[in-house]
Amino acid sequence: MLKFEQKASALTIEISGDCCHYDEEAQKEKIYASAQILPQINVTAKNLQAWDSTLLALLYELAKIAAQKNKKIIFSGLPDNLQHLVDLALKVDRKPSLPDDSHGDWIEALGAWGLNIYSSVKRAFSFCKQVLSSFGRFLRGSAVMRGVDFLFALEGCSYKAVGIMSLVSFMIGLILAFVGAVQLKTFGAQIYVASLVTIGMTRIMGAIMSGVIMSGRTGASYAATIGTMQVNEEIDALKTMGIPTMDFLVLPRMLSLMITMPLLTVWADFMGMFGGAFVGVVMLDISPQEYWKYSVEAMNLSNFLVGIFHGFVFGIIIALCGCYYGVNCGRNADSVGVATTKAVVSAIVLMIVATGIITMSFEVLGI
Amino acid sequence: MTEAKIKVDDLTIAYGDFVLMKNVSFEVKKGDVFIIMGGSGCGKSSLLRVLTGLVPPAKGDVMINNVNFARASQNQKDEVMRKCGILYQSGALFSSMTLAENIALPLQQYTDYSDKLIKELVSLKLALVGLTGFEDFYPSEISGGMKKRAGLARALALDPEIVYFDEPSAGLDPISSKLLDDLIIEINKSLGTTIVVVTHELSSIFAIGTNSVFLDADVKGVGGLGDPKELLKNPPNQKILNFLTRGKKGNA
Repeated sequence: MLKFEQKASALTIEISGDCCHYDEEAQKEKIYASAQILPQINVTAKNLQAWDSTLLALLYELAKIAAQKNKKIIFSGLPDNLQHLVDLALKVDRKPSLPDDSHGDWIEALGAWGLNIYSSVKRAFSFCKQVLSSFGRFLRGSAVMRGVDFLFALEGCSYKAVGIMSLVSFMIGLILAFVGAVQLKTFGAQIYVASLVTIGMTRIMGAIMSGVIMSGRTGASYAATIGTMQVNEEIDALKTMGIPTMDFLVLPRMLSLMITMPLLTVWADFMGMFGGAFVGVVMLDISPQEYWKYSVEAMNLSNFLVGIFHGFVFGIIIALCGCYYGVNCGRNADSVGVATTKAVVSAIVLMIVATGIITMSFEVLGI
Repeated sequence: MTEAKIKVDDLTIAYGDFVLMKNVSFEVKKGDVFIIMGGSGCGKSSLLRVLTGLVPPAKGDVMINNVNFARASQNQKDEVMRKCGILYQSGALFSSMTLAENIALPLQQYTDYSDKLIKELVSLKLALVGLTGFEDFYPSEISGGMKKRAGLARALALDPEIVYFDEPSAGLDPISSKLLDDLIIEINKSLGTTIVVVTHELSSIFAIGTNSVFLDADVKGVGGLGDPKELLKNPPNQKILNFLTRGKKGNA
């Protein structure tokens, strides 16, 4: 039980009996308000039985107010252990130096933002340069890359990805055929669904779908794995052992995706065409022979090669983004999640940008 | 007679067919600073994991506050663990939360205290461990010793009856280690908290321990029981003497 009395010269608080789970907010507000204005605080404990941290918190707050406002506080009759804990709480052995989170004016903030962007771009270019050097060392046969790491990376982004790649590409081909059929049917030209799906999948859709799937599957995994290594100081260990991080961690992953992405793109092309054929034959009543004929007619080598080239470029982008955000991950669990998200989002954005550039370039070159 | 807060009876800990320790029995009395000591690989941390309900025992009973922890339902275990605090070796603070948020978490979860009281309690707990003013810092912004102290503040948030410490001195410099030992003694004396410490740091063992169990990897069980200072004076066997004197007297 807790009673308080406010006199002109002092605030008197009497505590008795059991004082556990003390959370009388209104009473506490009055006590703190009086403590702020009166010159002295007297705390008396009479027959105090049970108490817990809630009472201790009140006494500590009063002691802090007294210290801040230069007031006198007298504790009497407190049990020894309670008095001891109040003293312990007030005995601060060091003062924190708060991190500087002050924000300047908007010009300063804009400048800081610009500098931040500049340093990010610089860091990304420096990373690409290091990857290129590492690739150069690989070609010269002097890269520190374990064959087993390469094989593990290859395994992770090859046959293990075929299942999901098949399903998604099949569905994309199916959707493409459906959407096309609705329009083509109005002109009685539903047979051209075969051409639409074949050209769409082989030239770009197969590569884009492979890229999106692999960035979510493999790129995210690269960022998370390397990011966790950063948190566990494994990357520091590599550096102090003089082993180039790029050779050891980035190169095997990069090579694997450069090899497997074009192959997965070809596989996605065929699965998409198969999905389109399913709609054409089962739902649009086109005979399989006829669908096959139109598909083969629409298929040409340059479209195929353009798709494969896209796949190759996307492989590099996914590996670069995954490894870059992993290597530059912070040192706590939260950072791994952030790195993974950034790796996937950046890879998808960069793939779309790269598609635009490649498409325009090929248009100019007449490919 | 002082009541037993923890009673371990004929405990066996095993991972599959591999028996780590067997026939382990001891009692931790209320207000004890109980040390679980022994060489590396003897199963100290595994025993702590059993005491905190993370690993079920293969055989035997673990009574905590008269609840048979080994056979209790998850709800009963949660109820018991609410009266226990644990300081992990690394502090195990949540890195995405500030120190204040870390300490407030169990209070928000298990009490219906007002936000203001929770804020006051957070401030108090941080003050008790000497971290006044560090409320808004993230774990990554403080030192290893401070992380341990913040972890202790979180362990003390719900006024636990028992606090477990897993290797509290690991990775700390001698001064920080001594400060943490002093804090353990302060908490034990002022709050009457029963303390269980897993450690092999001799200086800590003698500074804070009032009772102990020595785990022997060779016999896969208890190698000795009692006040560590008494064990040093009258060692029941050569291995304890070896351990408590760093082999200086044991090999003589």
